[in-house]
Amino acid sequence: MTIASTSFNPPASATRADVAAALARRRKFAEWRFKAYGMVAIAISLGALAILFTTIVRNGYPAFVQSSIKLDVFFDPAEIDPSGTQKPEDIRNANYPKLAQAALYKLIGLESSDRKVRRDANQMLSQSVDIQLRDMVMKNPALIGTTQPVWVLARDEIDALLKGSISRDTPEDRRKVNDRQIGWADKLVADGRMVKRFNTGLFVNGASSDAETAGLGVALIGSFFMMATVLLLAVPLGVAAAIYLQELAPKNRFTDLIEVNINNLAAVPSIVFGLLGLAVFINFAGLPRSASLVGGLVLTLMTLPTIIIATRAAVAAVPPSIREAALGVGASRVQTIFHHVLPLAMPGILTGTIIGLAKALGETAPLLMIGMVAFVIDYPTSPLDSATALPVQVYMWATEAERGFIERTAAATLVLLGFMVVMNAVAIVLRQRFMRKW
Amino acid sequence: MSISVLLTILLIALIPAFIIGLLKARRIAEDNPRAMHSRAGYYGGYLALWTVLPALIFTLLWAVLSPTAINMMVRAELPATVLEHRQGEVSLIMGTIDAVARGLPYLTPAERSQIASDPAAVRDILGKAGVILASEPEPYVIAAADHLNAVRATSRWLMTGIAALLALAGFVYAFSRISAQFRARNSVESVIRAGLIAASTVAILTTLGIIMSVLGESVNFFKAVNPLEFLFGTVWDPRFAGAGEAAEHGQFGLVPLLWGTLFISAIALATAVPLGLFSAVYMSEYAHPRVRAAFKPLLEILAGIPTIVYGFFALITIGPFLRDTGALFGLQISATSALGAGLVMGIMIVPFVSSLSDDIISAVPQALREGSFALGATKSETIRQVVLPAALPGIVGAVLLAGSRAIGETMIVVLAAGIAANLTFNPLESVTTITVKIVSQLTGDLEFNTPQTLVAFALGLTLFTITLGMNIYALHIVRKYREQYE
Repeated sequence: MTIASTSFNPPASATRADVAAALARRRKFAEWRFKAYGMVAIAISLGALAILFTTIVRNGYPAFVQSSIKLDVFFDPAEIDPSGTQKPEDIRNANYPKLAQAALYKLIGLESSDRKVRRDANQMLSQSVDIQLRDMVMKNPALIGTTQPVWVLARDEIDALLKGSISRDTPEDRRKVNDRQIGWADKLVADGRMVKRFNTGLFVNGASSDAETAGLGVALIGSFFMMATVLLLAVPLGVAAAIYLQELAPKNRFTDLIEVNINNLAAVPSIVFGLLGLAVFINFAGLPRSASLVGGLVLTLMTLPTIIIATRAAVAAVPPSIREAALGVGASRVQTIFHHVLPLAMPGILTGTIIGLAKALGETAPLLMIGMVAFVIDYPTSPLDSATALPVQVYMWATEAERGFIERTAAATLVLLGFMVVMNAVAIVLRQRFMRKW
Repeated sequence: MSISVLLTILLIALIPAFIIGLLKARRIAEDNPRAMHSRAGYYGGYLALWTVLPALIFTLLWAVLSPTAINMMVRAELPATVLEHRQGEVSLIMGTIDAVARGLPYLTPAERSQIASDPAAVRDILGKAGVILASEPEPYVIAAADHLNAVRATSRWLMTGIAALLALAGFVYAFSRISAQFRARNSVESVIRAGLIAASTVAILTTLGIIMSVLGESVNFFKAVNPLEFLFGTVWDPRFAGAGEAAEHGQFGLVPLLWGTLFISAIALATAVPLGLFSAVYMSEYAHPRVRAAFKPLLEILAGIPTIVYGFFALITIGPFLRDTGALFGLQISATSALGAGLVMGIMIVPFVSSLSDDIISAVPQALREGSFALGATKSETIRQVVLPAALPGIVGAVLLAGSRAIGETMIVVLAAGIAANLTFNPLESVTTITVKIVSQLTGDLEFNTPQTLVAFALGLTLFTITLGMNIYALHIVRKYREQYE
């Protein structure tokens, strides 16, 4: 049709050969154009992928290091232990920031007693020094009266200044760090007292309202508990269901119903699973909110269809001759399945399982419904304790307004993506190495 | 014994029971295993199953049912004046009783007698035992807590005793049946088969659970709010309780949310369908197999990235980018515009469209293409005029599936779309979606019986219905299409 319509009005003077050549050129061009559309579409999609990754890496990698200041803290007995008896209550309630501040004044050569100047200096230190120094002394009271070198964290604004995300060219009144603080920071860096060190806090700390001490510790443990729950529940259930449907089930209304259900569940929006978890596990069964067990249960229900579908495909790929041979030498149906079909289908099942787990690890929406958006400082010790999860932590940090949290969010995203990449790579390797072609 | 200890013991008991069955079978067989109907392991399995399974099922049932029964027994003993309180208060009192009951066993005898004589000291003493009470408990609370502890102890003894009896009875019965003629394999396998069937019904139970929970809470919501007002209302303004307004609750109009959802999804599909379809055509018709093998997994990475990552990407990159670009041309683009959220969501669903379309295009019989080539058509003409029309129903199915994914998508819109429920046709303004509102109504510390939170379930029901309809229709189309060429 297109060919006909484009060829129908040749100029009066043209010869048949000219018309044919023009038409061929046009069709060739159309061919080329069509092919180009395809390449452009792929290029745009992959370009988006590349931009996404570079944005996140660029924003996130600075968070893997953190500015710390090396202070020579004098653990002043007059401050910590005025009675000289090392009473635990005195040690607990001592004014530790004051000790750190005194050490800092010495480093930057601050002698002025102007309160404004002092406050500027105090604000270079993270609020975490209080707990850090207290824990040191509580653990080892012998420190009292000695001077110790201690690495303490710098406040996140100073950290941002060192990493260049606060520009020195901005006018002072619109900058979060004033000229005085910049001067001190430069002096500390020049003296080798302030350096960027690997940020272990990012991986071990719990929730915090200060960007420099906020970490993924609780989220990592919570995600671990959830993945363990999914692994323990979804895999046996999913594999069992898939075996039954693929190998044993008669074709009837009931199995049709199961099948329709599985296909639909695979496409139900994840947030609806969250509503289910809220209504059934929390309101009805009375399990605690924010517990990683509930999260694991919800994710189990969500990943079940993925695992069932993958297992069915893997089991279906085992050729019938294997089953016939087993049945022929007297094995029962169940023996055939467990001794022969399942081991042969294992690589496919594992691949599907890992992909299902990766999907569950990245899922956020249902966890918001069951109250995983929680400010949890202490490590959860059991799946029934309050916890958060990696993707939920990303969400919580993404909604924080402070500049330091953008960096943390991107870093948390990188950690999440790292897990995804590892899991998917394992799945691909498994598939490549163990997949049999029959 | 507590439930977890009992369950552990039962599970451990599997091993000795198995071994005893195995040994007995071997002894009967002596040196001739072929004399037995089944292999020795099946007799072990049979004995283990009979020993543990009945007791296990009983324990689990008891664990699920007994708390309700205990609760009713304790409640029946409460003073009549207490039971006249509202439902919510009674359950609060029950919570206090439970907390006190947990603290009582930790007290020393001296403290116990002090509690009995001096009600005013109760709070302090319990506070030392780790039970923090909001207010001074009334005397009947202590009595009820004691009662609760007594009932609980009896319940535990009963459970342990009956479970032990069941295990013993099962063991004796199964042990007596082990003989050379006994068909242990058949019995064990029928249990395995029952387990497999039970596992496969979980899918049905999940669907039922979703429908019941979402529907049940929605019914509660519609008791407070007229369903017609919900479905056709054009104002979304759920004032939270305590606003002190004349109206008891705000307005819950679905229309702006539904519009926002469909609007963003439409932008996403307008992005994803051309990109996905052209990629699929190129991959399946033009690309060298090696190029295809390299690029297809890369495209599928897009589907594997968690949606929260897309949301964050939209929040820090696409939103500001669109706003700044708009400012260059003198356009006011909101940082949370429908366009930004839609574009990012479009990128996310490209792989859904492309991999499904790829399968469908590959399934078009080669004969159709060859017929077209034989008539002199070029490759692109063949694709446009033969392959795509033949694959159209399947592609429509794929697009519908992608659309349902877009409608149910949450994290991208939570981070990148707005929260104001606008009815606007301008993609540069911000709109909000059903999923965003479900999240915002249900996060935070809330009570679960106000229309403001229950509306989330009504929204969930709407979402579930829409996506279910699209999925069923799409799967139907795809399946019908597949059959056509098989």
